[in-house]
Amino acid sequence: MQELKSFIIKEFRHIVRDKRALLILFVMPVILVILFGYAITNDINNAEIAILDNSKDELSIGLTNKIVSSGYFLQKASLQTNKELQEVFRSGKIKMAIVFPPGFAQTFYREKNVQIQLIADASDLNVAIALSNYAHSIIKDYQNELNKDLGQTLLFETTTKMLFNPEQKGVYMFVPGVLALIMMLISALMTAVSLAKEKETGTMRVITVSPLSPITIITGKVIPYLVISMIDTCIILLMAVFIFGMPINGNLFLLALVNLMFLFAALSLGIMIASFAETQQVALIMSIVLLFLPTVLLSGFIYPIKNMPLWLQVICQVSPAKWFIEAIKSVMIKGTGIQDIWMQLSVLLGMIIVMIRVSIVQSKKKVS
Amino acid sequence: MEASIKTENLTKCFGSFTAVNNITFKVDKGEIFGFLGANGAGKTTAMRMLCGLLHPTSGKASVAGFDVFTQREQIKKNIGYMSQKFSLYEDLTIKENINFFGTIYGLSNTKIKEKTEQLLIRLNLMEEANSLVASLPLGWKQKLSFSLALIHDPKIVFLDEPTGGVDPITRRQFWELIYETADSGTTVFVTTHYMDEAEYCNRVSIMVDGKIEAIDTPDNLKKLFDASTMDEVFYLLARGASTQE
Amino acid sequence: MNTIEIKKISKVFGSKTALNNINMSIKQGELFGLIGADGAGKSTLFDILVTLSAATSGSASVHGFDVEKDAKNIRRIVGYMPGRFSLYQDLTVYENLNFFASIFGGTIEDNYHLIKDIYEHIAPFKERPAGKLSGGMKQKLALCCALVHQPKVLFLDEPTTGVDPVSRKEFWGMLKRLQEKGITILVSTPYMDEAVLCERIALIQEGEIMAIDTPVAIIKSFTHPLYSVKSKKLYQLLKDLRNFKETYSCYAFGQTVHLALKNQDTTAIIIQDYLHGLGHENIEIKSIDAGIEDCFMELMKKTAE
Repeated sequence: MQELKSFIIKEFRHIVRDKRALLILFVMPVILVILFGYAITNDINNAEIAILDNSKDELSIGLTNKIVSSGYFLQKASLQTNKELQEVFRSGKIKMAIVFPPGFAQTFYREKNVQIQLIADASDLNVAIALSNYAHSIIKDYQNELNKDLGQTLLFETTTKMLFNPEQKGVYMFVPGVLALIMMLISALMTAVSLAKEKETGTMRVITVSPLSPITIITGKVIPYLVISMIDTCIILLMAVFIFGMPINGNLFLLALVNLMFLFAALSLGIMIASFAETQQVALIMSIVLLFLPTVLLSGFIYPIKNMPLWLQVICQVSPAKWFIEAIKSVMIKGTGIQDIWMQLSVLLGMIIVMIRVSIVQSKKKVS
Repeated sequence: MEASIKTENLTKCFGSFTAVNNITFKVDKGEIFGFLGANGAGKTTAMRMLCGLLHPTSGKASVAGFDVFTQREQIKKNIGYMSQKFSLYEDLTIKENINFFGTIYGLSNTKIKEKTEQLLIRLNLMEEANSLVASLPLGWKQKLSFSLALIHDPKIVFLDEPTGGVDPITRRQFWELIYETADSGTTVFVTTHYMDEAEYCNRVSIMVDGKIEAIDTPDNLKKLFDASTMDEVFYLLARGASTQE
Repeated sequence: MNTIEIKKISKVFGSKTALNNINMSIKQGELFGLIGADGAGKSTLFDILVTLSAATSGSASVHGFDVEKDAKNIRRIVGYMPGRFSLYQDLTVYENLNFFASIFGGTIEDNYHLIKDIYEHIAPFKERPAGKLSGGMKQKLALCCALVHQPKVLFLDEPTTGVDPVSRKEFWGMLKRLQEKGITILVSTPYMDEAVLCERIALIQEGEIMAIDTPVAIIKSFTHPLYSVKSKKLYQLLKDLRNFKETYSCYAFGQTVHLALKNQDTTAIIIQDYLHGLGHENIEIKSIDAGIEDCFMELMKKTAE
């Protein structure tokens, strides 16, 4: 135990003294979440909207033109009924709808105030908020122009309604993917590279010729990264919940279990890579091929698996991230229990066993 | 005689640390000059300055007639360099290595062809011309690497511990190559940790803590320090070095 | 009982035989030198003895433990210093030492008496990262780390390679003192002049042991008459002596040439006359005893024939 403790202390010292590692371990997760959360999904140029104009008078048409000509919005549909409105939302074709009440101009001039309803797809919460803010300010501009001509104060009142689309596409769908990516980066890549570094610099030889057992060495290597990964997982989940409004509908312990299972899969992958790689450079290249490509491209993170050709879908099955993303979505969004994700968990467990086995065989082969 | 290397109060400081402290010496054309010193005495730093790889802090120096402050590019064209960590590509064949180094020194294709032929015959590597460098024994690699440092007929060749780790016979064969080279008029500037090799040099200098403490022929140095071998001379001089390097 | 016992060890990498049928035994408390050039097989033999790799055939034991079956026990009782500097460059001197003590389940204080002499040289820099130490210092730290658990057997793979002659002498002084404390030491080196500092040596070349004995006995086995010859032009002298019909071998040694003759009858006067006839000046000829380097080259020559 004493030996393991001093190994872990040593490992933390390496991490603390390596500024680049610290950056990857603690700054990268935050940057990735922010990047995906804002920069990537916040595309509000030519956002597709639908207009349900119940008046079709001079004012409602004028306002529609103003909104569409702003460049932020693209009118995808002109709707006639509320039923159409629901359909078009459900299909996920539009991000926002603007509803003008009947007798729009009349009410405006007579009552000095009229309601415009903005209905946004809140599954992209940031987009929804941004879009309604843009629309709101265009409407206010139009109102001020009119008031200037009339010389009195009449008001457009906007009410905003957020709707979830049943497809659940949207803002927090990147969270499981980012979690997978970060855990791969920290647990697998950092473990692989730091093990390969010990081989490359020859320190592995010295510690092998000591009473330290291979298990102690691996455990001592892995624990610091395990701890850091868990901290990062918490950071990402907290950001997801509090900044992007992602729900956690399932059991927290189950969520932790899914995360841990994937963490162990990532660590085993890192160990397996290190058992093949003799230098840090090789470890890095192998990690990119074996970790990042499957995690980013073959996990359903960015490209939906069901849209892929069959042969690629088959390959996707060996990407641990695919199973993790499925499981975590189930737990967080659908709020399912263990009975619905036992298969994903078993597959991950199977992968862990296979990868550890390969690592052991490979290490033994090296000796003889 | 024409001087190949000439330094005057050459100095290099890294922050508050003076790695090379006011060294002044001269190496003649065609001379084999041994540049000795303990680890950390400043040999490598001095050598890097002379090769035009490092800017001196102060002093003067010229190498092959070029100034180390202003004409570093010309220096690089007129010197050859070989270090104990061989500068060969292990995954290329002997021929490919020769070709590559010929090209980077701007030799014409006909010239490269001619040089390749000469070199292979001289090193007796004709049959191995198309094998990978990685498959050669260490001693051959070092000889090849030395010949490549000479491929552009430099005026001076710098050898940084060229014989580390090779067997005694190969070491001697290597020195015969050095003699041949010096005989043909190329100046040889060499560092080594083998003190018997110091005796092969026409003159040697011994650096201690950034300064040149002694410079003369091995015979004169032995007389001066009343020692029977260069090893003793070195020991007498370097023992006094400060432990902080 | 011999502390290290090597029986018919061979190691083959693909088509290359790195070690060919090595037999060797090293006694308790001995300072034993394995002398040979890079690539001769020294490190391969070390790897097998410290349980880092398995032999293709043959068997070996360290302190009575078999290298294959009892690797665990061997790892407990040996100290190993690999050829390349293999400490954690980003950890300080003290942290490195402390780490190596703790992985053997001990502390620096436990065996401080053993490393005291050496550690005192580097103690002033104990807060410095190991990567920023000079060559000589690194080597001392590595030795401390290999000693801190009081090993019974010390394996030092080329500890003095690339180190200047002064530091090398100092290092050998340390090894002598460790030997006096009862530690068996196996050390490898490419420097022939270090051979005489060992009790017994093995000369290794191309995976084969050419000779095992005390340095004195090996030197005695050199039977050719040996002369040290000097003249004004060394390179010319070497070339001329090579063509001399009585020459068995001749090699440059510093400013002289060591000339071994074919038979005992040839005298210095005959050599003198030969060289004089070729126009050499300031000729000096002395009969000398062979050194380890002469023997090594002689053995290499014999093996090649």
